[in-house]
Amino acid sequence: MPLPGVIGQTRAMTITSAASGARGTSGTTPLAVDLTALHKNFGHVHAVNGVDLQIASGEIVAILGPNGAGKTSTIDIVLGLSQPTSGTVSVYGMHPRHAISRGLVSAVMQTGGLLKDLTVRETVEYTASLFSHSQPVPEVLSSAGITEIADRRVGKCSGGEQQRLRFALALLCDPELLILDEPTSGMDVEGRRTFWSAIRKDAEQGRTVLFATHYLEEADAYADRIVLLRHGLIVADGTAAEIKSMASGRTVRVTLPGASEAMLTGIPGADSVEIRGDTVLVHATDSDAVARYLLTQTIAKDMEITAQGIEEAFLALTGDSAPGTATTGAI
Amino acid sequence: MSTVPSTIGPNLSGRRVPPLGGFNLTALKLEIRRLTRNRRTIIIAIVLPVVLFVAFGLNKKYTAEPAGHGNISAFVMISVALYGAVLSTTFGGAMVSLERAQGWSRQLRLTPLSPVAYIAMKILTALVLGGCSVAAVFIVGDISHKPSMSVGLWIASGVSVWIGSLLFAAFGLFLGYLLPAENVMQLIGLILAALSFMGGLFIPVSQFAQGVQDVAKWTPLYGLNELVHTPLLGNGVDWTWPVNVIAWLIIFTGGAALRMRRDTGRV
Repeated sequence: MPLPGVIGQTRAMTITSAASGARGTSGTTPLAVDLTALHKNFGHVHAVNGVDLQIASGEIVAILGPNGAGKTSTIDIVLGLSQPTSGTVSVYGMHPRHAISRGLVSAVMQTGGLLKDLTVRETVEYTASLFSHSQPVPEVLSSAGITEIADRRVGKCSGGEQQRLRFALALLCDPELLILDEPTSGMDVEGRRTFWSAIRKDAEQGRTVLFATHYLEEADAYADRIVLLRHGLIVADGTAAEIKSMASGRTVRVTLPGASEAMLTGIPGADSVEIRGDTVLVHATDSDAVARYLLTQTIAKDMEITAQGIEEAFLALTGDSAPGTATTGAI
Repeated sequence: MSTVPSTIGPNLSGRRVPPLGGFNLTALKLEIRRLTRNRRTIIIAIVLPVVLFVAFGLNKKYTAEPAGHGNISAFVMISVALYGAVLSTTFGGAMVSLERAQGWSRQLRLTPLSPVAYIAMKILTALVLGGCSVAAVFIVGDISHKPSMSVGLWIASGVSVWIGSLLFAAFGLFLGYLLPAENVMQLIGLILAALSFMGGLFIPVSQFAQGVQDVAKWTPLYGLNELVHTPLLGNGVDWTWPVNVIAWLIIFTGGAALRMRRDTGRV
């Protein structure tokens, strides 16, 4: 796959971001997560296709991408749940499994992972007993807000209560790195907000947080840094503002009967072109140039120009019409 | 958290790996509590063998007849205790199937618990349940005053049944990693009924037709059943019995280890 300009930019940004994320720690502190040239194949499917990612201690990083982008595969490798096909992974300078044995890393997974026949308290006690050191059980129950339901069977707890329990389990070992895989899927808006404010509060104490999500707003609102994944590759890496500006630009919409792709590919300043019957959508960084061209060189009419939000940025960078794929558009 | 003044970077050196791969008594206690919470398990492990003993071990027609150093009632008591212990340990082992289905085994892999320590806890839990089966049958036997054998034989028979049921904890683990959770328990009931029949727990193998006998001697409960009756019968040990037990132990543990290693993907 050719490397379009966006990825070139990405690389540069990764370095900046990792360096600025170090937050004054000495150079000897190992990176929380260090992935190099990571590949993971499932048969002929390339779930992870050459990911390089460095996360410094203290960062809050979102891995954002549509389903099948390789988020979960990447996280599984960081957690030592699966082995990379090639490439290297290290967590605090060690093998993921060793980091887990020392209670350096823990995770809140999407669903499942709980025994229905244990009570909430028993589940916490069981998990606590497996670590060489862990936070006191009553304290963890109370900070996760599950003291009142401590004697309830897990199978009788609501989805939100189970998620709070998973969160409590993840915090038992007081991990340096907390990994969350789509932690709020299936939660209502209120539950989601409560959950994130708990995470945010927790991270203020210096915990490194890495979370996967396909909710843009979550990445935008709660992460210091967003890593955009598409087809197992990092297509963008930076702050929310940087991501937005990367895919910035505007959409020029016109009515242009008889438009053809051949006729429109040469438009100056256009990033991509979409034709829907008589309607033509041109995504452009220099929308003025596009507008000038369309109004002077073609019979285009009914022009509308709109700015892109992060939603469009996300779609532009991760969708199949994004630069870098062979479908439509060119950069 | 610690007395060390807060450093800027993460405190990596203060983090230790737990001893024994995370094996501990709190977790073991909770595992046993889970097992006893399952009503079906209790019925199968304790009630069923006791009922079988009352039905077949107390029958006046034949139970007072001598058998080796004791009587038929004692012989039946040992068979029934073995059946109960084998059901218990197989169920105990096969609980991994439910844990895989609920994603618990995956959750445990996010903790320091090592696979070996996990399996050790599963086996010990299964053995506790198996021990309960043996104890229940032997206690009812003692109360009924029908089984007759020396105190030494009571102990030798009970312990050999209990230790022998370890073979089926491995069998349960193997099935637990092999079969989907929905029907593993029902399947185990059927498989064990067939194996118990072929192993001679219900009817002595010597009463089968010759062709069936030849097959029966290769089945996993045959060697164990013969061995646990050896103290009572005092008729010596045929070399094929321990070979049968050891061979099946290798097959079950090997199979379980192989399946477990393959079980590293998402469940």
